[in-house]
Amino acid sequence: MEILNYITENFPEIMAKTMEHITLSFSAVFLACLVGIPVGFSIVKREKLSHVVLNIANIIQTIPSLALFAFALPIFGIGSKPAIFALFLYALLPIIKNTLIGIRNVNPATIKAATGMGMSQAQIMFKVEVPLSISVIMGGVRIATVTSIGVTTIATMIGAGGLGDFIYRGLSMFNQPMILTGAIFSAVLALLADFLLGLLEKALTSKGLN
Amino acid sequence: MVELRNVYKSYDGKTNVIEDLNMTIQKGELIVLVGESGCGKTTTMQMLNRLIEPTKGEIIINGENTKNVNKNELRRNIGYVIQHVGLFPHKTIEENISTVPLLCKKNKTDIHNKTVELMEMVGLPYEQYSKRYPKELSGGQQQRVGVARALANEPDIILMDEPFSALDPITRGQLQDELLRLHDELDKTIVFVTHDIGEAIKLGDRIAVMQDGKIIQFDTPDDILKNPKNEFVEEFVGKDRLWKTPDMLKAEDIMNKNVVEINPNRTIMQAIEMMKKGNTTVVAVVDKVDGKKNTLLGIVGSNRFSGLTDHSVKMKDIMKKDVIKIPKEMALSEVISIRDEHDIKFSPVVDENDNLIGMITNTSILNVLSQIIPKSEEY
Repeated sequence: MEILNYITENFPEIMAKTMEHITLSFSAVFLACLVGIPVGFSIVKREKLSHVVLNIANIIQTIPSLALFAFALPIFGIGSKPAIFALFLYALLPIIKNTLIGIRNVNPATIKAATGMGMSQAQIMFKVEVPLSISVIMGGVRIATVTSIGVTTIATMIGAGGLGDFIYRGLSMFNQPMILTGAIFSAVLALLADFLLGLLEKALTSKGLN
Repeated sequence: MVELRNVYKSYDGKTNVIEDLNMTIQKGELIVLVGESGCGKTTTMQMLNRLIEPTKGEIIINGENTKNVNKNELRRNIGYVIQHVGLFPHKTIEENISTVPLLCKKNKTDIHNKTVELMEMVGLPYEQYSKRYPKELSGGQQQRVGVARALANEPDIILMDEPFSALDPITRGQLQDELLRLHDELDKTIVFVTHDIGEAIKLGDRIAVMQDGKIIQFDTPDDILKNPKNEFVEEFVGKDRLWKTPDMLKAEDIMNKNVVEINPNRTIMQAIEMMKKGNTTVVAVVDKVDGKKNTLLGIVGSNRFSGLTDHSVKMKDIMKKDVIKIPKEMALSEVISIRDEHDIKFSPVVDENDNLIGMITNTSILNVLSQIIPKSEEY
């Protein structure tokens, strides 16, 4: 019950750190969506280019998160900026990849029919490709969000704040309630985000596709 | 009216997928492009709505060169139905059908009314189906929606690319029948692509048989069946095709054209001579006027001579006058049933002016049947 005491005593700070955590991971995912989805759409019909882009994103993904944070330090200095940048790079791969897969999986007959009916490229994209691939794209966004919330706990190492602060402080002070608070809150945050995005995904997906 | 003038299509600049194609399609015609896969039939069709651009040549639709029309505008005014239907799975049936008129920003009430009308027309009552999604429909129903969608913007021309080939034979037959009905009702120009010659014969006002990017023969089904232009067409149509579509066989196709004709004033002696020469047992007694009219008066079979000793009896005195004349357009089945009913051996065939043009005998029917039964099979 130590942990409950710890939480009640430090509730304002926990909330503040949670907000920090949310801001960090969500702004990174948001940026990754802004970049990743259009990139996915623009490379989907270019076989070679999509290969190159996916490879780059793959390489970024294999860099250990702490190392990536370290790489961002000299460019952005200490604080939330390098953290968001690194998290953004991490979030790119699942978003681009799922966008590509989503659009590639659209039945070619549907696109052929749409073209033959006189839809413009833009109309095909927004009226056909996006609605048909939205659940797969949203799947990418969910993966990116959950991963980001997890990785953000390490962002404390470069002074970005967030729930990771509790974990690292707790580790260095052997304070178990403090460690658990950070761990539980970030885990719950990830689950909650995934659940909410799932609802959004369902709302955005046409009933004809279930 | 649709016109293709000296159209070429080449992807590599060396080999022509389509070579010097010329074709004129009249308003309201149902044209079928038929041929083996790779013959260029789909390419030809897709050049009409510019899904494929011709390398050379002109395509004129309603007096306008399609090159000069905005691609999307052009396509919105040409209905398009494809084999895999390609309905939008995320849209309801109503939304699917109203897609093109919505793109064209037509009046919403008009679009709604048109959708209701079209759904009734293709046999999917609006109340029941409008809010459903494509996946809730059978393959046949989906293609009905496909047809309704192609008609929604009231195009003059509809392109159909093997629209029924993925369906089971019964559904396919139904949809073919309905297409014919729609075609009769709506007076649309339809260009239909298929590899199934049976479907082509059933549907086409005219059929273009294609091979290696060229039109080998562009004719009515009747002509394609009866007068295939070369061996390829004959092979493709299939020698046994006539047999499978016996409705196509008319009296004039099964009659013997070499009728021995005789003047009513000739005698039995002369008749016997002519029968010998013509290797037959029947002569037709005709009244020729200026070599134009060739009116049948009666027929005389050799059995009529038995018991007659006076060989100077004239034809007009012994001929059978109450013969049943067969119009040349009569179908084989009908001819056979008439012959059967009245126990007739010889059926004279007349043209629209009542002139004798041939004679149907048991032998002539057998001759035709033996021609159309495939030779490859040995018995």
